[in-house]
Amino acid sequence: MIKEPNFTGKRIGVYICQCGSNISDYVDVEKVREEISRGKGVSLAKITMFACADSAQKEIVADIQNEPLDAIVVASCSPKLHLNTFRGVAERGGLNPYNYVQVNIREQDSWAHSDKPAQATLKAIHLIRAGIAKVSLSEPLTPMTIPAENSVAIVGAGVAGMRAAIELADLGVNVHLIEREHFVGGRVAQWGKMSMTNQTGEEIITELYHEVKKRESIRVYTGANIIASKGSIGNFNIQVKIQPRYVEPPCDPESFKKAIEACPVEVDDEFNFNLTKRKAIFFNYRSEFPAMPVVDMAACTRCEECLKYCHGIRLDQQYRIIEIHVGSIFLATGFNPYEPKKGEFGYQEHPNVITFQQLKRLLDLTKGEFRFRGKKIERVAFIYCVGSRQIDGENKYCARYCCTSAIHAAIQLRQELKVPFIYHINKGIRTYGKQEILYEQSSTSGDVYLQFVEDDPPVVEVLNNPIKVTVNDLLTAHMEVTVTTDLVVLITGMVPRVNTELISILKVPLGKDHFYNEIHPKLRPVETMIDGLVIAGCCQGPRNIAESASSALAAVSKVYSILNKGEIKLEPTLAIVNPAACEWCGKCLEACPFDAIERIETEKVPVARIIESNCKGCGMCTPVCPTEAIDIKGYTNPEVRSMIEAMSG
Amino acid sequence: MEKDPPKILVFSTEKISDPALDLAGLMKLHYPPTVHAVVVPCSSSVRPSWIMHAFECGFAGVFIAADGSDCPYGETCIEKTAKIVERTHVMMREKGIPTENLKMAAVCSVCAELFVNQMRLFAGELADKTTNAT
Repeated sequence: MIKEPNFTGKRIGVYICQCGSNISDYVDVEKVREEISRGKGVSLAKITMFACADSAQKEIVADIQNEPLDAIVVASCSPKLHLNTFRGVAERGGLNPYNYVQVNIREQDSWAHSDKPAQATLKAIHLIRAGIAKVSLSEPLTPMTIPAENSVAIVGAGVAGMRAAIELADLGVNVHLIEREHFVGGRVAQWGKMSMTNQTGEEIITELYHEVKKRESIRVYTGANIIASKGSIGNFNIQVKIQPRYVEPPCDPESFKKAIEACPVEVDDEFNFNLTKRKAIFFNYRSEFPAMPVVDMAACTRCEECLKYCHGIRLDQQYRIIEIHVGSIFLATGFNPYEPKKGEFGYQEHPNVITFQQLKRLLDLTKGEFRFRGKKIERVAFIYCVGSRQIDGENKYCARYCCTSAIHAAIQLRQELKVPFIYHINKGIRTYGKQEILYEQSSTSGDVYLQFVEDDPPVVEVLNNPIKVTVNDLLTAHMEVTVTTDLVVLITGMVPRVNTELISILKVPLGKDHFYNEIHPKLRPVETMIDGLVIAGCCQGPRNIAESASSALAAVSKVYSILNKGEIKLEPTLAIVNPAACEWCGKCLEACPFDAIERIETEKVPVARIIESNCKGCGMCTPVCPTEAIDIKGYTNPEVRSMIEAMSG
Repeated sequence: MEKDPPKILVFSTEKISDPALDLAGLMKLHYPPTVHAVVVPCSSSVRPSWIMHAFECGFAGVFIAADGSDCPYGETCIEKTAKIVERTHVMMREKGIPTENLKMAAVCSVCAELFVNQMRLFAGELADKTTNAT
């Protein structure tokens, strides 16, 4: 027996699509139509060859107006394909678009049960009855329209952030470019020569920074962090704390240089991964931007030697907090390199076991012969996938850039620094796309490739000099091969940058790899569940520079599509509270991850209220409510219960 | 005459697990036609009362196709969905419904085969129970 949905008095039109024969080959659509047409409230039930065709859409519009209909159900393909198509049809007919329900009788019926046509037909009837039950109870909903501020906060002034800033400025959007460090450039600035163009990171950053500075609509804040954010898409109010630089213009470059030379303090230089020392007043490199040094106040002894040479130094400078109002937030906060654990392939047990990031800085700093700790280096062994592709570890992903970048560095070692012996101890080389050319070049120029498997990693013996690395080489039927080397380079991948405060303030969703999480990796790759918050570059997962720039440009188009109309329509499927049923226990407030619930008093009685601009319609608040006082519009308690009843047949 | 497999109600999620159900159809992967899905925004929005209502309406099993760690609304989804199952288990015990009749598994947006295998397995287990009971 097939249960009837409750009759609510609505006049409902039902359209059963054959989808050519994709549905009707397996579902007896005529039988479905007969069953459905007998249901209460069903004013008409029609079969269409293609419901999405123009002619069918026009017929539905005419039916809505002529019958007239109060609601429609289209039983066809997945709503993911045509929900908006038929919402548009409903609207053109004069209906509220939320008085339309699409029932999936193709992907979840005719195709999934093509082996059992009779049962697929019965299931189609159940599914359509559930759709009728839902639409019978559906309320007309109106998307909220809110004004959108034509400005964006881009967090992170690396390649992705600066590339995006330039494009958005050219599209007429005001840009606030917020960089945590005192200099722009992110990790790329540390990178030296890069594949495939041999441009240096410094050159790329310089070019981008000059473009940024040409545009008046871009404001750059360095040493700056977001410390608070209120509001939502279209209207975020952000507080930015700007750390003091302790240096301000005017002061000429020569005076800066003398001030740096005069500083008696020396500390490890993080920019060079502690391979070198720097002063307490410093630049990371000569042509860095903004072109003013910064004082590291944690290291400064306030001896004031620098003041003798440069009058722009202000050791009493204070931080300041500014407020900015933006329509969208664009996160391009980058990555951290993986830091091997002590003892991991001899790391920190032998000084000549270094990370790939350190090698890149060494290459950038080396002029002439390749020497490390005073000795000439003639043999280099690279161990790949350190901190990446871990079967048992946390970082299960491939860091994507490392194979190509390491091989590019090996070519540089051989060609420019004349290092004759280079070993690549790898888990399978992934120089995808055009980058394969580098692999070919390295292989044919004398580099040796040895391959290991995850559960039989190479053994690094660090007790004696030179270092020995032993590997059971997969490529020679697991022959044990031992190489002696002057330098071991651990090819370390990318891990998420630690941004605990920012994640907490902006409620950035994280994926299982702890990188920022997009809504859908294929279909909505730069959007997050926080409306108006987009992500790009390596904060989302490992990428090379070209891929980072591509994702930045994708995010630019998304931001522009949000802001360019001056107003934004929001999905109305949000939480709603029935104050009469609410007994305020606070559980919904605890469950909401988006600060979308507040306690208010109506006639001195405390009840929950939904802050609609913050609500994402996730529904996490609904199951925890002991009095079932909260619903999600479009997924209300009565709607879902009636669907279950209709499906139970 | 072949007996109909047990009825299973699936709570699938709009952005993560329901696309996997669509993909299963696209790949023509067959599972029992007595499996019906209700789409919800997030697996942590499923009310225990809905699950109980499904049992009352005659569904032999309920399956939550959870977002798991892919949930676009955040990491707390896993814990919250687990709590929903825990609370429902208490209600099921009170009504004498075996707790195994409610299952939950993370189903990602491309986990079509996983979903189909889960459904076949679950339907088989429920059918075995019915046979043993009779």
